[in-house]
This record gives sequence, structure tokens and C-alpha cells, in this order.
Amino acid sequence: MSEYILEMMGIKKSFPGVMALNGVDLKIKKGETHALMGENGAGKSTLIKILTGLYKKDFGRILFDGSEIDPSSSIEAQSLGISTIYQEVNIIPSLSVCENIFAGREIKKGFIIDWKETEKKAKELLNSLGIDIDVKALMGSYSTAIKQMISIARAISVKAKLVVMDEPTSSLNEEEVKVLFSIINKLKAEGISIIFISHKLNEIFEISDTITVLKDGELVGEYETKNLTKLDLISKMIGKNAHAIENQKKSYSEFKEDVFLQAKNITSGVRLNAINLTVRKGEVVGLAGLLGSGRTEIARVLFGADKFDKGSIEINGKQVYFKLPRDAISLNMAFCSEDRKQEGIIPYMSVKDNMTLAILKDISRFGLISRKKQSDIVSKYIKAINIKTPSHDQGIRYLSGGNQQKVLLARWICKNPELIILDEPTRGIDVGAKSEIISIIEDLSNNGIGVIVISSEFDELIRCCDRIEIIRDGKNVGSLKSDEINEDNILSLIAGPVSVEGA
Amino acid sequence: MGRVLSKKEQGSHNNFDAFHFLQKYGSLLLFFTLIIANVLFTNNFLKLSSLWNMLLQVFPVMLISMGITLVIATGGIDISVGSTMALVSMVVTKLIIQQNMSIAPAIVIAITIGLSYGMFNGFFISKFKIQPIIVTLILMIAGRGIAQVLNNGVIISFYNNDFANLGVYRIGGVVPVQTVIMLIVITATYFIVSKTVLGVYIEAVGDNKNAAVLSGINEVLTIIFVYVFCSLLVGVASVFETSRLCSADPNNIGKLIELDCIAAVAVGGTKMTGGKSKVIGTVIGALIMQLITTTINMNNIQYEFSLVIKSLLIVSVLYIQKEKGRR
Repeated sequence: MSEYILEMMGIKKSFPGVMALNGVDLKIKKGETHALMGENGAGKSTLIKILTGLYKKDFGRILFDGSEIDPSSSIEAQSLGISTIYQEVNIIPSLSVCENIFAGREIKKGFIIDWKETEKKAKELLNSLGIDIDVKALMGSYSTAIKQMISIARAISVKAKLVVMDEPTSSLNEEEVKVLFSIINKLKAEGISIIFISHKLNEIFEISDTITVLKDGELVGEYETKNLTKLDLISKMIGKNAHAIENQKKSYSEFKEDVFLQAKNITSGVRLNAINLTVRKGEVVGLAGLLGSGRTEIARVLFGADKFDKGSIEINGKQVYFKLPRDAISLNMAFCSEDRKQEGIIPYMSVKDNMTLAILKDISRFGLISRKKQSDIVSKYIKAINIKTPSHDQGIRYLSGGNQQKVLLARWICKNPELIILDEPTRGIDVGAKSEIISIIEDLSNNGIGVIVISSEFDELIRCCDRIEIIRDGKNVGSLKSDEINEDNILSLIAGPVSVEGA
Repeated sequence: MGRVLSKKEQGSHNNFDAFHFLQKYGSLLLFFTLIIANVLFTNNFLKLSSLWNMLLQVFPVMLISMGITLVIATGGIDISVGSTMALVSMVVTKLIIQQNMSIAPAIVIAITIGLSYGMFNGFFISKFKIQPIIVTLILMIAGRGIAQVLNNGVIISFYNNDFANLGVYRIGGVVPVQTVIMLIVITATYFIVSKTVLGVYIEAVGDNKNAAVLSGINEVLTIIFVYVFCSLLVGVASVFETSRLCSADPNNIGKLIELDCIAAVAVGGTKMTGGKSKVIGTVIGALIMQLITTTINMNNIQYEFSLVIKSLLIVSVLYIQKEKGRR
């Protein structure tokens, strides 16, 4: 028999307009913990969804436990012995613990559920994982960590040979992570293999035996964890050796403009832990950090889209408190969300209404839109930032991602903001549009507009930022200015506790 | 990647013409089919008197459907309109008949009281984020209760006074006053939707609420507006219906009218999940609802049948117009 429990070979999968996976291999040995790494959009979740039957592959083979499989539903995958624990714990809060564990495959006596047996089995199962709780209590009454453990119990109770854990620790605290890891080790000892997906590097290095890295739908390689350093791993994930990309900005000491925004000690739940951030007029500040580091959260808090627990925000030296994005907008702030579809475009609306959404009040009299003024503004920006649309009335959903993003940028630029926050402004758009957006950012800064850029693409940050703040676990862990800005420095700040000068 | 794209496009090209035509003009087609069928098979259908009569009958549904179009465009729903109608009907009649108030102030007061129902709906839906169907269900039940309590559930009838003349007034002795009001309301609603900031806000909130809020749109005020606007039109409809019927019947006026109105909006092509308001579509939808009723009444078909026929027609139009699910 082969030493592998799972062999996925040459997997290809495309969606309209995107090649999500292009010939990816994934081999999992029996009884190992295998980490699947890659940036957002690298293809990790597509691969997992193919394995668990949620997507159909276009090409490739999957061998599981020696025989070829092609599951067409998660139930089929489960019956083969592949169990998945999703990021969002998928449990039913209004059912009891034992009902949840055996949902869909109740233990029955004839037509009736055998509650005694169900409770006994559930208790045994949880005990074997070292958990002692009341199995008759409602699921909703337990903490996220316990819920997670219960879904693991559910996963292994179906005689799983392979358990897929997609970001299982994202809502756990340190103690709970320890418990989870001890369970993982128990599973390993029983010969069960685990695919572990996490953005937290420390955890990957603590728990995994092998790491497979994906980038842009392609396999980068498979590595033994013990032969890899954190820096190596990050370099492989972002696909670049940490060689320098020139920072094209003037040297930072020239920066004498007034401070526009100053945020002090922003703390919010577990995601933000006393973050400090200052932005001057015309300054481009990059926020670098892995996903989940708190970079998006800080942007939303600054814009009034989320609340925070502690800390203060000052605009032009005056303390402010934003209840709603509207309040931030009235002080000339703007925000482009990373989620263009859910939080950016109004899909069925025309390009012109989408673009002028935030300035409608300024181009109307007595609530009546001046179509003349609107059309002038829309023409101006279509030309200025090269938006490709057949007409002003075209529904924005028909434009390409890059052109949608430009319309959204125009939505804010035409409002003449003093600070614009861009969360992943180049995500999911093609290379040409990417560099256009970078040059738009440069223009903004030359016109005295402060910009906060959040991006996973470090070379973009390096190209356009005056200063880069590195965020890890909701804390500032370093700040890089002018000639300190290079990929090496960013990576080492993100990766580890080693401090760089200026931090 | 190219393979996937081209395959998709081909798929939609094959039956492009017929299906696309039906999808776009399905309700219009049904409208004309109904008219032609009636011209052929219904006696007296083309008589001027029956046409005016039809416009009189469609009046409340038409007015309220305009309001509900905007409500649905924000992603909401209002099933309390029938009860609001009952409230306004009772208040205006009590003021005029029992309190001897003059007509104009009585109407203003009654409609203003009706607005409170819209305020209630809009406030709880936007501020407390309670589901629209639940909030308006509360008023659907309690609202009519309040109307009934006002006169212990007893009908107030009247005749031969100025108020009774209002609902049967014909401009120049020919055109029912309701037709003119209908035209004004339709124009006003169309105007709001296509020319004003508010119209864009309504669409934005219904189409993508998160994006709308992040763009600085006042979602709360927008939502309150559509429910208040809806209750305003309900109030106007109620005053004229009460006057035309010469009675305020708290138990029956406007009963289940919300269903005809929602059906009119749906047939008209406004998406139930929110987004673009199809005002002209709703006009056609309301006319279709009335045509079906008229057809059935004038051909002596049982009322119960009319309900079944109505729902069958609605289902088929909705099926044709539904957008193919994207995945």
C-alpha cells in the first residue's frame, strides 16, 4: 500500500474569467499534519472545495486511500472518509451538543431516535478528545472554542481518515489553540491525516510536518517544515525572493506637511490591540501584514464603519468620534473596501450613478439631480483615469474588475477628499489596471491628499508608499521610511519578533 | 478560461430571441392579451362607462402599488396598507359625519394620522433592523384592530352630503377625479425614482445596503421615507374609496389589498430583493390585476375562481421574468 492517503494530481479548475487552479498537486501522507499555504486567491480553498465535493474539477485525478474518487457532494466526500471543519463553525446553535454531533445520521431504534445511546456515544467521543461537557445542553450556550472541538468530534466520529481544517484557530485564544493542537496530535497518533490551513505562521511551524505552497493557482512546491524558515515560507508564498524593488518616493525627511489624521491606542476586541497611526497631508502610508493581522479592521474603525473599545482619533488636531461612515465622509475621508462586490459597487446601477453616489447632494438642487453636472463629472473621470465603459448608463456589473475599481476610486476622488483609505485596491484586477491604479495613488499624493494603502502585494506598497507600518496580531510591530523600505525589512518584521531599527 | 466563457455565451444565444422578448415584455403581452380577449368575449367591455368604471376600481390598488414599489425597491415589504386604509377611513368619516368637521381639515388630519403607521414601520425597520414583514405584520393585525375599536367595529354609512360627492365627482361631468389623482401620483413617483437624489438612494439601499452606507447614504431616513410615502398614498386612496362607497367599514375596507399591490409590483418587474423601481411596470401590473378581476366579474365567473386564475397568471409572468440564477 502507498504511504499516501491522498494524492491530488494535476488538478485544474477555471471559473469564468479566472484560472483558479492550473495543474496543482497535493500529496498527503498517512498520519501527518500537512499545511496548505498561500495568499488569498492562491487557490487553497478552491482545491479544498474540489476535494470535499463542493466544486467539480476540470482536469486531474484524485486518489484517496488507493482508489480514484470524484466526490460530487460533501456528503459523498464524508462517506469516503474526508471530513471538513470550516472557518465559520458550521453548527446548529439551537440543537443540543449530541444532536449536532449526530445530525444527519441519528442513531435510531426503529423509527425513533435512541437518545440514551446517542448521549452515551457523544459523551465517549468528547471524552476521548479530553472534553467533559453536558451533551444535552444547547450548542449555542458554549464558547466558540468548545463549538470548534465539537465539530472536530463530529468530523472524526464519521470514521474520517482525513480531516481538513480551514482556519480552525481564527477564533480561538492561546489556551484553546493548545487544546486543539493536542487533539490534532491525538488524531495523528491514530493514523488520521490532517490538512491544516492557517494564516498564522507560528501555528504552521508548531503543528505541521509538511507544507505545500500555492501561488496564483499554481503549485510552488512541497517542503518539510523543519527545513524551512519563516522568511523562506513568506518569500515562497508571495513568489519573490526578497530582492529590492526601488522605492520611488522622495526621502522622508522632506515631509513637513501637517498631520491630517492621528489615531492613538485603537483597541477593539481581539483584533486590534493598541494600534497607532498618523497620516500627513499628501502622505502615502502603507499597512502591511498578513491577513487577519488587523489591517482591514483598523481601516474600518478609522472610517466609522466599525466601533472600537478604546483609543482616540484626531482629525486636524481635533478629537472626533464617528458613529457612521457618513460622519467620516463629512470630514473629507473616503474608503474603498477590499470587497468590491459586497461593499463597493451597487451592481444593478449605472456607471454614472455609481460614480456620483457620494456627491449627489453637491450636484443637486432641492433634491433634484443636475444631470448636466453629473454627466460632466462622469466624462471627466472616465477620461482622466481611463475607465473603459461603452456609456455612462452602462450597468457597473458589466465592467471588468479593474474598471469597476476605477469607478469606485472616482466615486471618492470627485468628492475631493483629504484622506482616502484603499483596502486592497488592486485585488482581482489585471496587471495593466494595477499599474494604472498605482499611478492614480501617486497623483493623489501629489495633490496633497493623504492615502492609506492596505495591500498584500508588497512590491506595490514599496513602489508607492512614503512610509509603511507593519501590523501583526493587531499591533504595530514596526515602521519603515524612505530607504528602509524594501521587501527584506517588511518580511522580517511580519515574520518574527526580531526588531528592525526604527521599529 | 476562454472555453468556459464562450460556452456560456453560446448557451444564452441559442434561445435568445423568443425568451429575451418574453422576459422583457411578458407583462405587457399579458396586458394586451387580456384586453383583446375581453374585447372579443366580454359584452360591453369597450363601452366608455365600463372603462371609467375600471379606472375607478383600480384606483386604490394603483395608488398603493406606487408606494409599495418604492418600499420593495429598498428591499422591504409593507403588508399593513389595508389596515392603514381602514384607520384613515374611520378617522375621516368620524370627523366629518360624527364631529361635523369640514371636509378639508378632516381629510388632512386623517391622512396625517395614517402617516403615523408609515413612521412606525419605517422607524422599526431602519433603526432597530427588525424584518419588514414582521414590523408591518404587527400593524396589519393591530392597525385594523385600532380602526375597529374607534367605532366598536360598527360601519358608519352616510349619503347625500358633500363628502359623499367627493368620490363620485367627475371633472367636466365625464372624467372621474380619481383618474387625475392617479396620473399625478404615477408622475410624481416616476419623478422621484428617475430625477431625484432620493430615487438613487432608494435604489442603492435596496441593491447593496453595505455599499450604500459606506458611501455615506443615510439609510435610516431613506427607509423611513418610503414607508411614510406609502402610507401617504394609502391615506389618499382611503379617503376617496370611503367617499365613493359612502361608508367606513373598518372590517372590510382594504382587506387583502396588499396582496394585489405586491402582485402588481412583482408582475411589473421590480425585484423583490430590492434595487431598481419599475414604476411603469407597476402601472401595467396594477392594470393587469384589475383586468383579471373585471374579466371575471363581467363574465359571471365565481369569485373563488378569480383568485386561482390570478395566482396562475402571476406565477407564469414571474417565471418568465425571473432572472436566470447566476452561479
